[in-house]
Amino acid sequence: MSHTATSPSPSPQAVAAGPILVVNNIEVIYDHVILVLKGVSLEVPKGGIVALLGANGAGKTTTLKAISNLLHAERGEVTKGSIELEGARVDALTPNDLVKAGVVQVMEGRHCFEHLTIEENLLTGAYTRKDGRAAVQDDIELVYNYFPRLKARRGSMAGYTSGGEQQMCAIGRALMSRPKMILLDEPSMGLAPQLVETIFETVKRLNEEEGVSFLLAEQNTNVALRYARYGYILENGRVVLDGDADKLRENEDVKEFYLGLSAGGRRSYRDVKHYKRRKRWL
Amino acid sequence: MNPTTLRFGIWMLATPLLIATIGLGFQGLAAVNSAMFFTWGYFVEVLIAGLLQGVLYSLVALGFVLIFKASGVFNFAQGSMVLFAALTLVGFIEMGLHWTLAFVVTAGVMVLLAMVIEKVVLRPLVNQPHIILFMATIGIFYFLDGFGQTLWGSDVKLLDIGIPKDPRFILEGIFEGGILVNSFDLVAALVGAALVAVLALFFQYTRVGRALRAVADDHQAALSVGIPLKTIWVIVWSVAGIVALVAGIMWGSKAGVQFSLALIAFKALPVLILGGFTSIPGAIVGGLIIGAGEQVAEVFVGPLVGGAIQDWFAYMLALVFLLFRPQGLFGERIIERI
Ligand SMILES: Nc1ncnc2c1ncn2[C@@H]1O[C@H](COP(=O)(O)OP(=O)(O)OP(=O)(O)O)[C@@H](O)[C@H]1O
Ligand SMILES: [Mg+2]
Repeated sequence: MSHTATSPSPSPQAVAAGPILVVNNIEVIYDHVILVLKGVSLEVPKGGIVALLGANGAGKTTTLKAISNLLHAERGEVTKGSIELEGARVDALTPNDLVKAGVVQVMEGRHCFEHLTIEENLLTGAYTRKDGRAAVQDDIELVYNYFPRLKARRGSMAGYTSGGEQQMCAIGRALMSRPKMILLDEPSMGLAPQLVETIFETVKRLNEEEGVSFLLAEQNTNVALRYARYGYILENGRVVLDGDADKLRENEDVKEFYLGLSAGGRRSYRDVKHYKRRKRWL
Repeated sequence: MNPTTLRFGIWMLATPLLIATIGLGFQGLAAVNSAMFFTWGYFVEVLIAGLLQGVLYSLVALGFVLIFKASGVFNFAQGSMVLFAALTLVGFIEMGLHWTLAFVVTAGVMVLLAMVIEKVVLRPLVNQPHIILFMATIGIFYFLDGFGQTLWGSDVKLLDIGIPKDPRFILEGIFEGGILVNSFDLVAALVGAALVAVLALFFQYTRVGRALRAVADDHQAALSVGIPLKTIWVIVWSVAGIVALVAGIMWGSKAGVQFSLALIAFKALPVLILGGFTSIPGAIVGGLIIGAGEQVAEVFVGPLVGGAIQDWFAYMLALVFLLFRPQGLFGERIIERI
């Protein structure tokens, strides 16, 4: 019998205990022919915030959808590799079962239900729950607590609210399923810098206070690396670089291509990409 | 004030005015043209008969709207579902069941049918272009049409569940001689109204109803929050099947249960164009407008042009709408923020 078998309170040490999510060398093909992910592996520790970075078309969204199993609706398929949630394979689960298992995705571009009110949007997020009306009401209050703006607009049709409010609505709706882990796709898209900070602050609070793990895809490398603890950089469907967030922030390539800072003169994109590839193959 | 209430208010005010204007127009016409007969009492009588007929159109259109909203599929088979439901009901009644029991059993059959359609047709074709699903529903149309007749025979059947059919006079104090209405039409209208009210409450206030609206808004997002699309489709097709059953009872009691029932679906098409494919209120209002419009046109304008207006009036109205308001009266508001 191991003495580590039961540990009731998740201390910071327990955070390092084991990954909640393991993606193992997955390959994704769209429409049976378009190979988009060419072997992506990543891990999200329990209670962690991990950033998935990369340029347009790198495959961030595809990775998240492969995990949440929403690929199917887009004629995409995971053809190789495996995905594990807390040690159990989840590749074959339907999105419905996956939400029940505790993983929910907030899609790129928010996708609120436009003709439903904000509060109805939140309620749809609780569709998979079976723990009764009172518990759901409590969680609605909890969401309003994190996003007071939503409370003020609870009766408005989501389609008529602002982009920021819609992002809050989408995150709040995901929270309503009581997830262990949220896959958050481009939360900063189209939002003013001030609002981006607010959203990320809330993500951090949710992570610390509610214990929700996050895997977030972002183009806004700067913000993402300030809030995440670990990051993966995707390029052309492959992970080209990964490491602790503060290390990544100091990395010259990352500085140059994703943070827009550069020590020396600007080299052409092709040169460095080439150099980076070679570095990987060595 | 929110835009929906505002629009509703305007409609409530404008409708009687519009009807009165049309009446006045006919009165004027009748004064100069002796081929036309007009009294206000008769006008209202024809109008009411038309509205009551319109309720039946609405019922059929409603089945279309439900399925179109939830899955974007134009269900060509809706008409044959009406026929199939009516045939099944009559079949069970002939086997000796009381009609209420037969109704429950037939409703069960429609749910079963929905499950089979989801499994055999929708599931394998999911993510295919809509035109393919549409063609699949044409297949369902012919299948149901043939299958129903194989099971229950192809004779014209009478359906009588005891709805009174006697004519009665109402509003005798206002119009001289009163207004003649058919009790059956009145009952049909009440049943239709009750069904619509139940559906409206179901959509607005239940968990599943909310999920249905969510799916109608955004499939992907609905999937992402864990709403199982397959279950939702079965529910929607079941509800559409039960609506078809009610429509089948009403039409079948009126005109006998026979193949032509499957064709009333084509009368629902102009209703949909008028009301908008995605709007439940649209299906109702569209049905009423077409029912009343064609009746009034037939009776008052018909004699002037040689009759048979009823056959094409609905389609002409639909055509006019396609030209000027293709999304229909109540078509999905496309949300645009300023
Ligand atoms: N449904 C689809 N069918 C075919 N190809 C697709 C599909 N969805 C995405 N792709 C392709 O897969 C690649 C990766 O797309 P993905 O959306 O994952 O990128 P991303 O990193 O999220 O980009 P962005 O930052 O622009 O959101 C792109 O080249 C894209 O064209
Ligand atoms: Mg993306």
